[in-house]
Amino acid sequence: MTDIRKKLVLVGNGMAGVRAIEHLLKLSPEAYEITIFGSEPHPNYNRIMLSSVLAGGSSMEEIIINDLEWYHSHGIRLYMGHTITSIDTAERKVYSDKGIVLPYDELILATGSNPFMLPLPGAEKEGVIAFRDIKDCQIMQETSQSYRKAVVIGGGLLGLEAARGLLHLGMEVSVVHIHPYIMERQLDEPASVMLRKELEEQGMKFLLNKQSEAILGKKRVKGLLFADGEIADADLIVMAVGIKPNVELAQKSGVQTNRGIVVNDYMETNIPGVYAVGECAEHRGIAYGLVAPLYEQGAVLAKRLAQVPTDGYSGSVTSTKLKVSGVDVFSAGQFTERPGTRALRYQDEIEGIYKKLVIQDDQLVGAVLFGDTGDGAQLFSMIKNGENIKGKEKELLLGISSDALASPKGNRLEGMADDEIICGCNGVSKSAIAEAIQSGGCTSVGEIKACTKASASCGGCKPLVEGLLQLYAGDNVVTVKEGICGCTTLGRDEIVAEIRRMELKTVKEVMNVLEWNTEEGCAKCRPSLNYYLGMLWPEEYIDEKESRITNERYHANIQKDGTYSVVPRIYGGVTSPAELMKIAEVAAKFEVPLVKFTGGQRLDLLGVKKEDLPKMWEELDMPSGHAYGKTLRTVKTCVGSTFCRFGTQDAMGMGVRLEKAFERLNTPGKVKLAVSGCPRNCAEATIKDFGVVAIDGGWELHIGGNGGVHVRATDLLCVVKTDDEVLEWASAFLQYYREQAGWNERTAQWVERVGLDSIKEVLEVRENRLALQERILTALSVTTDPWKQIVNEPELRKNFEQLSEMKTV
Amino acid sequence: MTKMLVGKVTDIDIKGSRTVRIGDNVIALFRLSDGEVLAVENKCPHKGGTLSEGMVCGSKVHCPLHDWRIDLHTGVVQEPDHGHVVTYEVEVDQSNGSIYLTL
Repeated sequence: MTDIRKKLVLVGNGMAGVRAIEHLLKLSPEAYEITIFGSEPHPNYNRIMLSSVLAGGSSMEEIIINDLEWYHSHGIRLYMGHTITSIDTAERKVYSDKGIVLPYDELILATGSNPFMLPLPGAEKEGVIAFRDIKDCQIMQETSQSYRKAVVIGGGLLGLEAARGLLHLGMEVSVVHIHPYIMERQLDEPASVMLRKELEEQGMKFLLNKQSEAILGKKRVKGLLFADGEIADADLIVMAVGIKPNVELAQKSGVQTNRGIVVNDYMETNIPGVYAVGECAEHRGIAYGLVAPLYEQGAVLAKRLAQVPTDGYSGSVTSTKLKVSGVDVFSAGQFTERPGTRALRYQDEIEGIYKKLVIQDDQLVGAVLFGDTGDGAQLFSMIKNGENIKGKEKELLLGISSDALASPKGNRLEGMADDEIICGCNGVSKSAIAEAIQSGGCTSVGEIKACTKASASCGGCKPLVEGLLQLYAGDNVVTVKEGICGCTTLGRDEIVAEIRRMELKTVKEVMNVLEWNTEEGCAKCRPSLNYYLGMLWPEEYIDEKESRITNERYHANIQKDGTYSVVPRIYGGVTSPAELMKIAEVAAKFEVPLVKFTGGQRLDLLGVKKEDLPKMWEELDMPSGHAYGKTLRTVKTCVGSTFCRFGTQDAMGMGVRLEKAFERLNTPGKVKLAVSGCPRNCAEATIKDFGVVAIDGGWELHIGGNGGVHVRATDLLCVVKTDDEVLEWASAFLQYYREQAGWNERTAQWVERVGLDSIKEVLEVRENRLALQERILTALSVTTDPWKQIVNEPELRKNFEQLSEMKTV
Repeated sequence: MTKMLVGKVTDIDIKGSRTVRIGDNVIALFRLSDGEVLAVENKCPHKGGTLSEGMVCGSKVHCPLHDWRIDLHTGVVQEPDHGHVVTYEVEVDQSNGSIYLTL
């Protein structure tokens, strides 16, 4: 059986090329027979993490992005340790240094770049290396065991990372730089000087304004001679002066090259069937050396190869974020002043903070941050969007809004007793928070949360904590831009935008690309990312159960003693004698300690052992009531016109219809509905996320109510005439909430945050409603009942049982 | 000191956990992303939460009851909370995936 698929060959097994392939597999898994050649004897690893391997933060295994199993399971042939030496573009064949000859239909060049080695006399000596791949890291580690003195040539990003790694390995490190100040491409002089002082304190030495002349030594390097006659002793020299696109193969194969391999907006070279992505490619005159642009290019190329329409790649605005052992540095855009620009600066030598904004025509065009890079992502997105910042300059520079400093909350808090509990969930008093600020040095809500647990559970007391922060920290208050959790400085909107833009498809990938500062996230960001990915890519994202909170993983509510509760779905709160008898029999059979009616017109069977859950679900043979999830919980109804003498409409029928329509829907927070059959509103629809109240000849639709942490009455969204319209508006509202709200943000908070009008404005346009309705139907179409699924799949069911096989050896 | 065979690596999902009962004591075995298997007593020092049902992030587990974080290598509760849980020695036979627990 011959394979009739087109043959796709990728030259270069690195981040950019493999990323494009991953993308292509998702768009069109069967289109190509894929072969990958890589010179290094490793699968695809995260080159950016090399410095963290050197610094001891990660192991070699941990930085692998795609292990061999991945290649295998996708049917990709991988030639590791093979270098392609020539391409016959006329015959469409590639030749490797180990004698492999392979025909191709489409060829991707992702050859990356090579470290630029200064052509100094003596550069061939032992102990002169670059800082580019795993092998270089290994040499550094080996060298550090028997030698002391290291010299890094190059005071840029790469050089400093290498120097930091060498310091960590216990070597004495001098950084040689040709310019008067380090990192001149990413920083202005004041920030550069602050960084140098900080690094000097950590033990790095700097030799600035130094031109390297020759490398001294016999077989092994002994020292480095400078143009001014001075000599630096060295047992190891690491050259980190830059990278140059690896274009040699393309050049000799007749592919047009400049500094890099020249490509158009679709990553096509001048030769049909030959593409280039990543550091080796030059797009509109720029060869990028950062991850985000390479990923964007990969996405465009994948679409091209899968024949999916794409607008092409139009270049990237880049930002640099560097963290060298606790020093945070950030820069983006055009951060040096030019004619026609103004610069705003803020410098605090005591705190080691420096901030500079460059503004042109009321737009932010560049920024440098030192010491506190919390605002980096926000400023970067402003630079990219080109929004008008007139009148907000000072706020952006100081990170404090003017009215935040004059809050009326202060006075009330001042008069509050010291032992008054601010955080009811974790029992944190006013004085404990005051102490954390005054002697613990907390300057942000996030720090107070980490230090005292105040506002760490339900978050209801966060405004009070903020008020206390202003009260006690006074002028020192640092309004840090808080990320969705401590693992990132990015907010919800930035994360969702980046996932969408770069088409990130797994939690791990999001954390990698968006530079999470923890290895595997935390119990807050993992479920958030899992939700956002499922919301954005409903049909292709595979839900990560290990990133769901406990209740959602076990599809039951965990109780204080480790037992669980079971709430079957009872649509609209309407049951029958047969159903009640079945529930009663199951409760008796499993000796359920407590049977209780919930507030939402259902039955709760409490005190169930985890291992009994699947058995009970099987016997109940009812759908899950999802009483444990960020999803549709209950639809409360009154009797309505079926029996009630005041009822104007069939409330139970509408409730059942809504519940059947939206059950199993993943939402940012839990969603409760209610339907009342007349304006007496016996189902209390006006404190629900979506409430429906019947009037004579129609329905009122209410949104954003809550009867929980902060009681909030709903806002009236609109009045409609037919049952179908109720469904249409409910679908549109719920989908808009799914797409716009942050994880764990209830509709009440969301409506308060974005304002009723902004929601009305979108939903009042019928095309928008229909488009939203279509999207919610897509999201719902891929859901299944979790209880049935667990009952029927041993691989899922095993997690409810203890391990039983035990043998003493 | 007794060493016992308690199961196979494949019995535990990646970033997941399974438990074994030894007398009155329940021990939680975790499998990290890098394949390492670690064992701790299945009881959070705070309010006795079942750690085996918590979320595994790196080599730490978040207790499902109140989000206390416990380092699975050392058993030490992470700041701002304090305490520790008992850890147990685990060996995995790489040739057949058998998990041995030493008590």
